[in-house]
Amino acid sequence: MRLAVIGAGAVGRSVVDLAAEYGHQVVAVADSSTAVVADGSGGRNVGVDPEAVVTRKAEAGIVGDDDPDDALAADYDVLVEATPTTLGDAEPGFSHVTTALERDRHAVLANKGPVAERFGDLQAAVADSAGEIRFEATVGGAIPAVSTVEDIEPGHVTAVRGVLNGTANFILTRMAAEGLGYDHVLAEAQDLGVAEADPSFDVDGTDAALKCVILANVLSFGAVDDPADAREFTLDDANVEGIRDVPGSALRLAAEDGRTVRLIGEATGETVRVAPRLVPENGTLAVSGTQNIVQIETSHAGRLNISGRGAGGPETASAVLGDVGRLE
Amino acid sequence: MSDTRDGAPDSSDGAAVDTSPDGGHAASTPSTHTVRLELVDEPGQLLAALHPIADNGGNLLSIYHERGNKTPRGRIPVEVDFEATQERFEGIVEALRSEGVNVMQAGTERYAEEVTLLLFGHLIDTDLSDTLSRIEACESASVADVSLAAPQGTGTEESSSARLRLEARAGETEQALAAVRELADDKDLRLVEPLTGVEA
Repeated sequence: MRLAVIGAGAVGRSVVDLAAEYGHQVVAVADSSTAVVADGSGGRNVGVDPEAVVTRKAEAGIVGDDDPDDALAADYDVLVEATPTTLGDAEPGFSHVTTALERDRHAVLANKGPVAERFGDLQAAVADSAGEIRFEATVGGAIPAVSTVEDIEPGHVTAVRGVLNGTANFILTRMAAEGLGYDHVLAEAQDLGVAEADPSFDVDGTDAALKCVILANVLSFGAVDDPADAREFTLDDANVEGIRDVPGSALRLAAEDGRTVRLIGEATGETVRVAPRLVPENGTLAVSGTQNIVQIETSHAGRLNISGRGAGGPETASAVLGDVGRLE
Repeated sequence: MSDTRDGAPDSSDGAAVDTSPDGGHAASTPSTHTVRLELVDEPGQLLAALHPIADNGGNLLSIYHERGNKTPRGRIPVEVDFEATQERFEGIVEALRSEGVNVMQAGTERYAEEVTLLLFGHLIDTDLSDTLSRIEACESASVADVSLAAPQGTGTEESSSARLRLEARAGETEQALAAVRELADDKDLRLVEPLTGVEA
């Protein structure tokens, strides 16, 4: 498959870097202000030089000399949307995806915004297109959450829950293990690059909530024949509590009783909820550090647990490239 | 007959002949009670659970130890039948609980579910004992255990925390949690709920 990668952050760069290993060519790469598009001189299946793109981004902060619009107009089979998540109208990611669909091309998203905030609009665009969208990378990084739900069939999945934010999980794990306060552990996480300078998105539960909203949309739309019958979820439909004010004493009391606290997200076809919850200390959901876990409750197959790395460039890129493979 | 009972309210003698339709006297008449207990699968647990019954005036009739059958929490359900007056029966249930024995079902009351949760925030300033009695007032649950952790030192910003173990009636865990949720909201406390029905 010929890929146009829009967004040159950790995920976009990893997709560029790893595409050839999965048998795909990258024919265009764009960041927010520049782009590089294969000139086609070696034939339409010869892509850009991945190494040159990654090096130039690292050294000069640009990916090439072309305009980002050229990348959107390039001769690709699949557009990979890996720009930063935006809320509300989910732009510019939403338009990147619909541009691809209007051209009857596929789109694979690593950007949560469009699938969390405008799932219905996306489904409408897909209905009018010969292209499809896939978005495994938006939920749980390397963990195949969306495709597993699809394999089981959303109508046979009663709930999906889990630990979907590595930063919050790292903080809670360290607080419980070391008896340290939130501020101390947050500073440590920031030093380690586990938390951003502004950690709000992670510690307030927004990131986990977006992932649960996406899962709720998958469950809701997947369970009906006509998308018009499905309930659409956005972040506004989620009941969200973060971990910012969880005191160390609460974690101590939990530990005395063989329990601990985890930021748990839950999605059904009807509700989305993210909140710190008490779980058994050695239970399945009490994953440590930056690990994520997705637990799928099914009608006929019991409970499935999939844990793994919920973030990271190559990890998320592997989910993106897995989606590309499913579109072949 | 009523003279005898008035004179010896604790006596179980003669109670068997009681056929009085007067409900007011029923409390001093021994009747058969069944309690369902959950025991940890360790030696001595059964004996420890029977002591509070015998020591508090219960007359053991039968014990059905369902070894091999486990509750969702991996404990062993035991059904115990005994005779006791209503008053003593209540004392026995209380004694069982204070010994740490989990009483799932006592008479008609079914405490099938145990829920542990955390509350944190200004627990002391918002009158912890009022918080607890308001939970007690909720019909679905009773407070079985409370552990409190207050911040160390003075002038600290950190809030205090409490771990509560509630016993909820069968199928009423959600109502019990909803009541605590509302109360927490009212007092501006934060509630960390358990994931109920998830962990086997």
